[in-house]
Amino acid sequence: MDDLTSRPVPDALAPPDERTSLRERWSGWIGGGWIFALLILLVLVFSLLRPAQFASPYNLSMLAINAAIFLVLSLGQTFVIVAGGIDLSVGSVLVFSSILSAQVMLALSGAPADTYGTTNAGWGVILIGAVTALASGAAWGAVNGLLVTFARIPPLIVTLGTLGMALGAAQILTNGLDVRALPDLLVNVIGGGSIAHIPVLVLIAVIAAVLAAILLHLTRFGLRTFAVGSNTEASRRAGIPVRGQIIKVYALSGLSAGLGAIMSTARFSTTTIGGHAMDNLTVISAVVLGGTSLFGGIGSIAGTVVGVLIPIVLLNGFVILGIPPFWQTVTMGAVLILAVWIDQLKRRARDRG
Amino acid sequence: MSNSPLLQAKGIRRRFGHVQALDGADFTVHAGEICALIGDNGAGKSTLVKILSGSDQPNEGEILLDGQRVTFSSPTAAQAQGIATVYQDLALAPELPPSENLFLGREILRPGLLGRLGFVDRAAMRREAALQFARLGVRLRSAKIPVAALSGGQKQSVAIARAARWASKVVFLDEPTAALGVVQTQRVLDLIRQVRDQGLGVVLISHNMSHVLEVADRVEVLRLGRRVAQMSARDATVERLVAAMTGGVSQPEPAHG
Ligand SMILES: Nc1ncnc2c1ncn2[C@@H]1O[C@H](COP(=O)(O)OP(=O)(O)OP(=O)(O)O)[C@@H](O)[C@H]1O
Ligand SMILES: [Mg+2]
Repeated sequence: MDDLTSRPVPDALAPPDERTSLRERWSGWIGGGWIFALLILLVLVFSLLRPAQFASPYNLSMLAINAAIFLVLSLGQTFVIVAGGIDLSVGSVLVFSSILSAQVMLALSGAPADTYGTTNAGWGVILIGAVTALASGAAWGAVNGLLVTFARIPPLIVTLGTLGMALGAAQILTNGLDVRALPDLLVNVIGGGSIAHIPVLVLIAVIAAVLAAILLHLTRFGLRTFAVGSNTEASRRAGIPVRGQIIKVYALSGLSAGLGAIMSTARFSTTTIGGHAMDNLTVISAVVLGGTSLFGGIGSIAGTVVGVLIPIVLLNGFVILGIPPFWQTVTMGAVLILAVWIDQLKRRARDRG
Repeated sequence: MSNSPLLQAKGIRRRFGHVQALDGADFTVHAGEICALIGDNGAGKSTLVKILSGSDQPNEGEILLDGQRVTFSSPTAAQAQGIATVYQDLALAPELPPSENLFLGREILRPGLLGRLGFVDRAAMRREAALQFARLGVRLRSAKIPVAALSGGQKQSVAIARAARWASKVVFLDEPTAALGVVQTQRVLDLIRQVRDQGLGVVLISHNMSHVLEVADRVEVLRLGRRVAQMSARDATVERLVAAMTGGVSQPEPAHG
């Protein structure tokens, strides 16, 4: 801000300087809106090029189902990153929670007709299984939070550690084998069902996203999450119980992994021990792509929703257009770097003496 | 300025290993005055302020608030008794707007059920913040931009306004003008006067003697962990202050205070 145009107003407490408003509007646009604009653009381009395939109700609902589980994981991750942390353990916590809850449901409902069949457990058993998954996820998250706050180990290391521990523990529970006998109701009604033409999995994700947005943007819990990520020391001096806040934020991320676990077993009709190794990177890229700053203190749920959708739309569009899907991986890497770069530029433009 | 002291420290001792940072230090501040606390590097100013604001505990000595003996086990405990501190490193959340910084840790909740569910009332916080800034003559470009986008002087003003908002008795300012240019410094000094005029006791630590003479009502000088002089700012000159700080002239302590 030391250029010639701003120099005639050395008084920092002077009235508004109108000349910067254009620049601000521009940086506001690249800051907030560009990633949303990119998503709209992608959808438009693919819809125009292949209206019959891309814009078909079937394809759109497949896209939404593909996004649902990642979105749920990304909601918790948004809180963690806004609070200045990172959670690499989400995929493993999902696996552990799904194994544990599947075993609980199996134990309660008795053996299936055959090894690959479903059980005829009722909603009561499914509810217990769901609570098990949520509780196990939240517990892993709380462990992350406790280690970050009380042992003062960097979150990257803590969650890398629990990533291994949760996955290993899941394999110990089942000798490395997936649990395939799941309640029929869970698989068919939640995993494959829809209400008013909207897949239940998508409904769950949308409700979770709305709740997360309310929590992050309208409540004191959310405001304090921003405060802690923005300046931990200032928050502590202001009397905010910083440790409790951080523990709750990690527990929330674990909770979202637990919800993801239920959705995953319902959708695939099996636990998926080997299927979530890359979830953390997918989820973290989505959150960052959505404008949440890795330095903490900045972020939004709406941005995260867009950030989750972009890679999925891109992959789908490429497949439909016949572009080798490997290009999606390359493009996503580039878009991610671009997103973080723009975040840096934005901060540099904003930060003053 | 009332005559009975608002906050008083008597015979404070604080030792760090072999360093006797405070060696029986006394200190007094009254309501509605700006008291400058000066002294050479290492004289013990920051240590004394930490003790008086609850960040540190003395080995010996007593603190009186409104004539009552008090102990501050933590900054929060001191804050609860009406004492706020503006730290040298500001302690603002740069990503949050000024209003949310003003209410950091003391957010206004919405009335009724929503409030009990933990919903915050950002509009009310903005309104209250605007009132507080207006009261103190702090002008900000926009209530919604993050603090990081403010100038150094504006940030300092937000920090001071916050301290003044929550302190009912004493505000400590540790070198509030250290990193500021001429015009911004004047604004902050004006703001400090405003805070005093609200009836608070203001303790100003500064190495800048001309700022001290300009804004302070009274000066207390610390040397080697002891109060070696206290004088009305009217009687003070740069030469006298420097002499007291360096021990050039020993200043007998007046009986009162
Ligand atoms: N936590 C600590 N551990 C060890 N020594 C300390 C500690 N805090 C202060 N001291 C020592 O106590 C003495 C007084 O320090 P203090 O910071 O109070 O001085 P000051 O008057 O604020 O100086 P300055 O003007 O440089 O800020 C110094 O010798 C300092 O080294
Ligand atoms: Mg100091």
